[in-house]
Amino acid sequence: MAKKLRVLVAKPGLDGHDRGAKVVARALRDAGFEVIYTGLHQTPEMIAEAALQEDVDVVGLSVLSGAHLTLFPETMRLLKEKGAGDILVFGGGIIPKEDMEELSKQGCGRLFGPGTPTTDIVDYLREKFPDRV
Amino acid sequence: MADDLKKIAEERQKWQQGVEQVEPGRFQTLSGVPVDVLYTPAEAAGLDYLRDLGLPGQYPFTRGVRNNMYRGRQWTMREFSGFGTAKDTNGRYKFLLAHGEVGLSVAFDFPTLYGRDSDDTLAQGEVGKCGVAIASLADMETLFDGIPLADVSTSMTINGPAAVVWAFYLAAAEKQGVPSEKLRGTIQNDILKEYIAQKSWLFPPEPSMRVITDIMAYAAKHVPKWNTISISGYHIREAGSTAAQELAFTLKDGLTYVEAGIKAGLDVDVFAPRLSYFFNSHLDFFEEIAKFRAARRIWAREMKETFAAKKPESWLLRFHTQTAGCSLTAQQPENNIVRTAFQALAAVMGGTQSLHTNSMDETWALPTEKAVLIALRTQQLIAEETGVTNTVDPLGGSYFVEALTNEMEKQAYDYFRKIDALGGMVKAIEHGFPQREIADAAYRYQKQVEQGRRTVVGVNKHALEGEKLEIPLLRIDPTVEQEQHQRLASLRGKRDSSKVQECLAALKAACAGKDNVMYPILEAVRAYATLGEICGTMKEVFGSYEEPPMF
Repeated sequence: MAKKLRVLVAKPGLDGHDRGAKVVARALRDAGFEVIYTGLHQTPEMIAEAALQEDVDVVGLSVLSGAHLTLFPETMRLLKEKGAGDILVFGGGIIPKEDMEELSKQGCGRLFGPGTPTTDIVDYLREKFPDRV
Repeated sequence: MADDLKKIAEERQKWQQGVEQVEPGRFQTLSGVPVDVLYTPAEAAGLDYLRDLGLPGQYPFTRGVRNNMYRGRQWTMREFSGFGTAKDTNGRYKFLLAHGEVGLSVAFDFPTLYGRDSDDTLAQGEVGKCGVAIASLADMETLFDGIPLADVSTSMTINGPAAVVWAFYLAAAEKQGVPSEKLRGTIQNDILKEYIAQKSWLFPPEPSMRVITDIMAYAAKHVPKWNTISISGYHIREAGSTAAQELAFTLKDGLTYVEAGIKAGLDVDVFAPRLSYFFNSHLDFFEEIAKFRAARRIWAREMKETFAAKKPESWLLRFHTQTAGCSLTAQQPENNIVRTAFQALAAVMGGTQSLHTNSMDETWALPTEKAVLIALRTQQLIAEETGVTNTVDPLGGSYFVEALTNEMEKQAYDYFRKIDALGGMVKAIEHGFPQREIADAAYRYQKQVEQGRRTVVGVNKHALEGEKLEIPLLRIDPTVEQEQHQRLASLRGKRDSSKVQECLAALKAACAGKDNVMYPILEAVRAYATLGEICGTMKEVFGSYEEPPMF
């Protein structure tokens, strides 16, 4: 039987807007993935550490505070530093298009904006990990 | 009368047979309250005019808190704003005041909201992004430079560190030579909804409640025109609650503060008149109006009957409204102007005392000057062109609105009972009860949108193929963070460090004891202790709060 996809949903920084993160976490769980939610106020260091400990395939970051250009690259850098550069980092939030392009250049996975159906996120992860359920 | 109602009910029954039948639940409000095809006096039966509605400015204030409402005084147009440094935001305030705004409303950045200095490790990347960075009295002086604090009223969305940021404001006013008795404004200072929804807390609930009662006592003595708590449903709604949940949790929070004040030995009629509310105005026009009207009636009744407040000022629920940010779409952002206009109209029809209208670009970034000007103009159009302000509570007596007002009230009391059964609001929060109810409602709504059972224009219907964003966005200069670091470093170099240490030690002692913490906080602020230093000192005594993660 194929292994289940393990996803860490994380809220980096001081941003308290957790509606989206919680909705996405539930939707991914309902889609059959194994979901771990970090809770609020995580530093990139804490997130990278949790990703390793939980042995996840994917990290989804939710940032609505405008700090995305700091928090996404820092999380990716720390994962690489810890030898886990293969973990896909994707996310969503209030992120202007140019910043999405900039982050994508730096190796970030897809970034979803407001109005995204959760099914798009599920489809994206299934497409990225076709051998998982 | 009863015979008339019976006759109407019979006629209505007969009439109903000729109306096309639909499956139950097909028509409902945004929050899922079933809506009937027609409302007649039969549906509003049991309504006793003088008991349940009364006259405006009179108990139970269902129709409004003042007798002539907007004829006498327009609502305060108050655009929530803050970004970058104190200097950047000072410029925006002057712009808004020059265009007809009369009240200021400060949006702080995340580090400030969490009581941390701009150079704190956790502040990295967040300085000046979601609001303005204020780390000391020096920043507050800059924020209001050239704005006479005796003449404006200022609302500050600050909760965990409210005592400290308020002290910055009081001290900045001192520097301008304005006595605290003259100051008008509001601090949000609603910690219960932080645990429920907005999540910018510092200390655990108990010490937080103690600081809040210290603030209430200080204000009653020295800043009598200040609203010490703005009990907020806005963030609860934005987190995904229904209208009834927003109403119920917010009012229950308010009643909990009243209990705490009385328990701390304060006279209810001294502090209750300084409590105000802050609600969301969402998309469902009539539901929102019913919510506002029900809120006034419940509060008046509880304050008079349950808490035996004697002064009418203690009974009346005054509120600020912000249109629903979560209803705005990133797609076709210009449509947001129209959404906001409808929501603003509902707030006015619901009798709001002040109003913030969101800008069309806020699903992308903080608003540009142009976008915020359109938002302000939206309010001015309602006030000065539509004529809706000519008469008080124009929808009062609508069978539908009265029935929906009753329904909102009933649902709120259902929640009150559930919360009481858990041991009150603080206990309910510790159980995660309101948090879970809200998360469930948010998920339910998301599913409905995805199944096409709810329409979001421009997103799941009437979408544009290959849409390109055509509005300009505000960018926060990345040098803001560096600039703030330098300001703080230079402040720390210039001030009298031993004086700061002395003040912080005195504050620590007050926190550990029973003395009102506002006095030592003000002393520390005057000595230019920073936000992070003061909050850090308080945390040493009070501890910090962490939420168990759940989804």
